[in-house]
Amino acid sequence: MAENLYGLLAEFDGPDELLKAAKDSYAEGYRKMDAYSPMPIHDLSESMGYDKHRVPIIVLICALLGACSGFGLQYWVSVIDYPLNVGGRPLLSWPSFIPVTFELGVLFSAFGALIGMLILNGLPRPYHPVFNVPNFERASGDGFFLCIEAEDPKFDSTETRAFLEGLKAKKVDDVEP
Amino acid sequence: MGSPAPIKDPTMPAPVLGPGQTYTTVTQKLSAIITSRTPLGWIAALLIAGGILQLLMLSATWLLIKGTGIWGLNIPVGWGWAIINFVWWIGIGHAGTLISAILLLMRQQWRNSINRFAEAMTIFAVMCAGMFPLLHTGRPWVAAYWLLPYPNTMSVWPQFRSPLIWDVFAVGTYFTVSLIFWYLGLIPDFATLRDKAKHKISQIIYGVLSMGWRGSAKHWFNYEMAALLLAGVSTPLVLSVHSIVSLDFSVGLIPGWHATIFPPYFVAGAVYAGFAMVLTLGLPIRYFYGLHDYITDRHLNNMGKVMLATGLIVAYGYAMEQFFAWYSASPYEGYMMQNRTFGPYSGTYWSLILCNVAIPQLLWIKRVRLSPLWLFIISMFINVGMWLERFIIVVTSLHRDFMPSSWDMYHSTPWDWGLYAGTIGFFLFMMILFIRVMPVINIFEIRQLVANKSEHAEEAAASADD
Repeated sequence: MAENLYGLLAEFDGPDELLKAAKDSYAEGYRKMDAYSPMPIHDLSESMGYDKHRVPIIVLICALLGACSGFGLQYWVSVIDYPLNVGGRPLLSWPSFIPVTFELGVLFSAFGALIGMLILNGLPRPYHPVFNVPNFERASGDGFFLCIEAEDPKFDSTETRAFLEGLKAKKVDDVEP
Repeated sequence: MGSPAPIKDPTMPAPVLGPGQTYTTVTQKLSAIITSRTPLGWIAALLIAGGILQLLMLSATWLLIKGTGIWGLNIPVGWGWAIINFVWWIGIGHAGTLISAILLLMRQQWRNSINRFAEAMTIFAVMCAGMFPLLHTGRPWVAAYWLLPYPNTMSVWPQFRSPLIWDVFAVGTYFTVSLIFWYLGLIPDFATLRDKAKHKISQIIYGVLSMGWRGSAKHWFNYEMAALLLAGVSTPLVLSVHSIVSLDFSVGLIPGWHATIFPPYFVAGAVYAGFAMVLTLGLPIRYFYGLHDYITDRHLNNMGKVMLATGLIVAYGYAMEQFFAWYSASPYEGYMMQNRTFGPYSGTYWSLILCNVAIPQLLWIKRVRLSPLWLFIISMFINVGMWLERFIIVVTSLHRDFMPSSWDMYHSTPWDWGLYAGTIGFFLFMMILFIRVMPVINIFEIRQLVANKSEHAEEAAASADD
């Protein structure tokens, strides 16, 4: 039966209890786990060893890409493909190219922030095993959950259940895959 | 021994959240606005706004059939209401981005309960704004090749040295980024609605929109960073948009337009107008949906202060325009200002001073800042005043420029009124629809306020024990 489980889902009273349980589980040696809460909780993902920010580098790359393509477009249009000689003024009048360069840098970085966040989080993902737990719909309202996944080498359905109950979980549920 | 009555600490600001709120009550109250039965008042409001919206359909259709001759435009006043309304609407949008981005960076927690509908307001206001320059071309379908850089059969490209093209990019980026920011904030709330919705179809729609959000700690970790970075890029963006709009004027050589003060003066005016519109919409929503625990006296007080501060910057701008006209010693600048202050449009100018400078001084009084009725009245004056400001800038500078032989007066026509009123109808219609299908207050950020509050309560209890 244990092979058929995705993991065990424990519900806690509030954000502080959840944070403490996550820290204790990590200290106990569990690694394959995740916590679910209706709002961001400071330090929660860091306490489970997920603490490396990767969104900023995506946004930076997108910003530079956007700015370069903005300037490149204007350069190519105004200097190479459609040069207009207005009173002998220089074709590469770069100060007047700044606004569009800036705007495209911002535009690309905004897309980078949204799409980068979605990709890093594996979204959109309509199905996930934790949704099988009837109580889980409260994770978007007032429920605070910790899930230890069966993939974890230390996972054992009986022992892990006892461990979670020892952390003062309100309720521990099996998560069907 | 009974616990002593709580003493109000005068150095502490009023709370941003009403008493007795928990995660459960917050979630239920705010999602019930959507999952409960449709109130009759909502249907009535939607019908009224929808009726005004028909004016937009009518005015735009007749415009496309007949051309811009149905408006009051003439030469020399070639810009008229279309550009006045464009600048007015785009300015209104600015408060939404200011609240969601700049106040996020400054860690102002009171923004949490007003940012969602202010962002919605931004998006609908920018939609209204965008219609005007397009319709002002008279034939929007041929405007594409000189507005957007795309390889066309004539092998011509837009002129990138013109502020009008900068405007296309600035407004286009502004709209897209506002939409992204808004949607990012909505994802966790869509998940709440997915779980709260009773009807199968609404469960599916909110489920698709929430993209399978499940509130995982790892998700929140990336999510918060994405929101912070979006705020970081939106802040210079919002300042750039109205600066670029002001360059449409100040890059020109027309007296009264060619001034270096325009970008900051326009940005302050935009925030001023935007906060007035936030109050104009927010006060009725707060009243009808009983959201006094979320939009508290603290919010009213703070918004009143922001309006007062930006209003003073705008008043400084008016004073500087007068000063420049005198100090430049240019006869054209001097005549323009004399004509603006005492000429045929002096009534409009002094109404503008009354609406934007004189009446908002009432906001110095705390009782006025805490009174919804007074705030609503003052915000209406500011909405009108900011429209008059753009009228004064566009019309008084153009109608008498350098050559007296080309002078003329400008008179609007019913079609100008129809299109303008129509966009107001469109704006209200979209806002009313929005209230019903999306959470008007950001639910997960209010839960954060609940969490912070219980932390502070524990700290207070701990210090009382010592």
